[in-house]
Amino acid sequence: MTEPYAPLVGLTNITKRFVKSLDLTTKVVNWLGGRYREEIVHAVDDVSFTVGEGEVVGLVGESGCGKSTIGRMVAGILQPTKGSIQYRGEDLLSLPKAKQRSVSLKSQMIFQDPFASLNPRMRVKDIIGEAPVAHKIINPAELDDYLDEVMTLCGLEPGFKRRYAHQFSGGQRQRIGIARALAVKPDFLICDEAVAALDVSIQAQILNLFMKLREELGLTYLLISHDLGVVEHLSDRVVIMYLGRLVEVASAEDLFREPNHPYTKALLEEVPRIDSRRRAFAPVKGEIPSPIDPPSGCYFHPRCPHATERCKVESPVLKEIAPGRQSACHLNDATG
Amino acid sequence: MTAALSVENLNTTFFTKAGEVKAVDDVSFQVDKGKILGLVGESGSGKTVTGFSILGLVDPPGRVVSGRIMFDGEDLVQVPEERMRHIRGKRISTVFQDPMMTLNPVLRIDTQMIEALLAHEKMSKEVARQRAREALGKVGIPSPDERLRAYPHQFSGGMRQRVAIAIAILHRPELIIADEPTTALDVTIQAQILFEVQELCRDSDTAMIWITHDLSVVAGLADDICVMYAGKLVETGSVDAVLDHPLHPYTRGLIGSVPSRNTRGQPLNQIPGMTPSLLNLPKGCAFRTRCSFADELCEEGPEITSPIADRGVRCFHPHMDRTK
Repeated sequence: MTEPYAPLVGLTNITKRFVKSLDLTTKVVNWLGGRYREEIVHAVDDVSFTVGEGEVVGLVGESGCGKSTIGRMVAGILQPTKGSIQYRGEDLLSLPKAKQRSVSLKSQMIFQDPFASLNPRMRVKDIIGEAPVAHKIINPAELDDYLDEVMTLCGLEPGFKRRYAHQFSGGQRQRIGIARALAVKPDFLICDEAVAALDVSIQAQILNLFMKLREELGLTYLLISHDLGVVEHLSDRVVIMYLGRLVEVASAEDLFREPNHPYTKALLEEVPRIDSRRRAFAPVKGEIPSPIDPPSGCYFHPRCPHATERCKVESPVLKEIAPGRQSACHLNDATG
Repeated sequence: MTAALSVENLNTTFFTKAGEVKAVDDVSFQVDKGKILGLVGESGSGKTVTGFSILGLVDPPGRVVSGRIMFDGEDLVQVPEERMRHIRGKRISTVFQDPMMTLNPVLRIDTQMIEALLAHEKMSKEVARQRAREALGKVGIPSPDERLRAYPHQFSGGMRQRVAIAIAILHRPELIIADEPTTALDVTIQAQILFEVQELCRDSDTAMIWITHDLSVVAGLADDICVMYAGKLVETGSVDAVLDHPLHPYTRGLIGSVPSRNTRGQPLNQIPGMTPSLLNLPKGCAFRTRCSFADELCEEGPEITSPIADRGVRCFHPHMDRTK
């Protein structure tokens, strides 16, 4: 297996569970013989993959599949229940707190909603300038010049830095979010549906900005999205998730040319494309199951057209099916 | 082909304190029976207000200033509210974007569906329940008998949208106005809804106006397409014609902005600038300030012209060479 990129971030057997603990009433009921149990959501279940230095990895899945949870764990906002995250070979979670913080600073996050993710009571210069000063990346005396530089880089007019977020349009606000992330000089950007809330023409501007920044600053991206068009446009490698588990990992070229997993196939077929006209939609049946109560065996088997008896009991592991390609499906065993 | 609805020179204006906002400005189009018209535009382009104008749902400070909305020989702009109430929900129905907002959270599905039926037709509750069950079955809801007794929060997003569509088809309407009905849904669920909608229109000869910002959805679903920008129609035509040979620079920019397999590794063909505020539109062509072809001519607003049969474009410099 040839890996053109040295790994920057690695996730090893990451699991995240959210537990809804019992409240006092249910505890009392249980004490009296009730049978309430804690509800456990397996948001992310034993996930491992790496992101190479300078690489753009697309993380794709439908709502509730745990893609945002992964993004938050990589950014250091959430702690995984199990597993480890490596940053340039160092195990992030076993580092001392102070060191952990300085390493986490190199991973920055860009959020979906440019309205909710900017403090409405702060001026743009404070939104962008607060973090680099607090982390002593920039001398307060040089802040003004630094702000001009970062804002220009992100396509914002530096003259607007005394304005508030509400004085900007959605696209410009997203640029402020990007400038805020870039101000602490990160190596790694995690974009969580960063263009999903924008109009098509504005979305194109932001995607072009991402590509420009990648070239100029050598950034690495984890691109979390449900929009396969966006992922196909930008990514080098794609990771597909379903209900907290990885189903397929492949280079973008391979994946879009020849998807392996039935779920990936279904996903690709159902993406509306501008060049497919008045086609007959032939959807996969069924709903996305709830992660509180996932099906047995392969999580996709109730909706899968090729499901066998084995799929109902045994959950498939992510296996290498070709150099640089992994897929979690029993069908690959049958074909050799 | 007979038109189910034809809109002629519709103008809807909002008289706000900050000034007059022409949300819909001289819009004309028609939808034929059994056809799907895609009404495409970005936020603030007036596509939703167009839908609301047809339904007579524009609230003050907005009102339909001029134009005609011809539906089965009647002008919906002129009909009294009493008469409109018999048309809206029965002969023209609608599906909105967010099914959590359109369904009443404290009423069971059967209560809501039966109420909608009895509002327009005299029938016994038993017959109404039967009709409701049929409608749920038609939009692909499994075990409709049980689901009728459920509350909206017990449904997933996709199922709720199906219920909303089921309510819309209860009276076998002649026209359905769907306002971004799949935007909030996941890809596989969206495909299921699009599948049901396609079947419905084909089988029952219902006309549909599908309002969306997503060109790729329209590409797969619609027969005709109308592109709106800043309250005006800028381009109309069949889906194939408009998407393969766009005439208006804005349509060309929109299509170029859609990331896809063909754009890998290259910068997208972006439209510079941003959508102007409707309060402060540039004089003449509203797209002028973002357009690379604009000249002095564009300062006086172009009218919709038809340089090619069955096409309409509002531009002095349509992109013609490829279509010749």
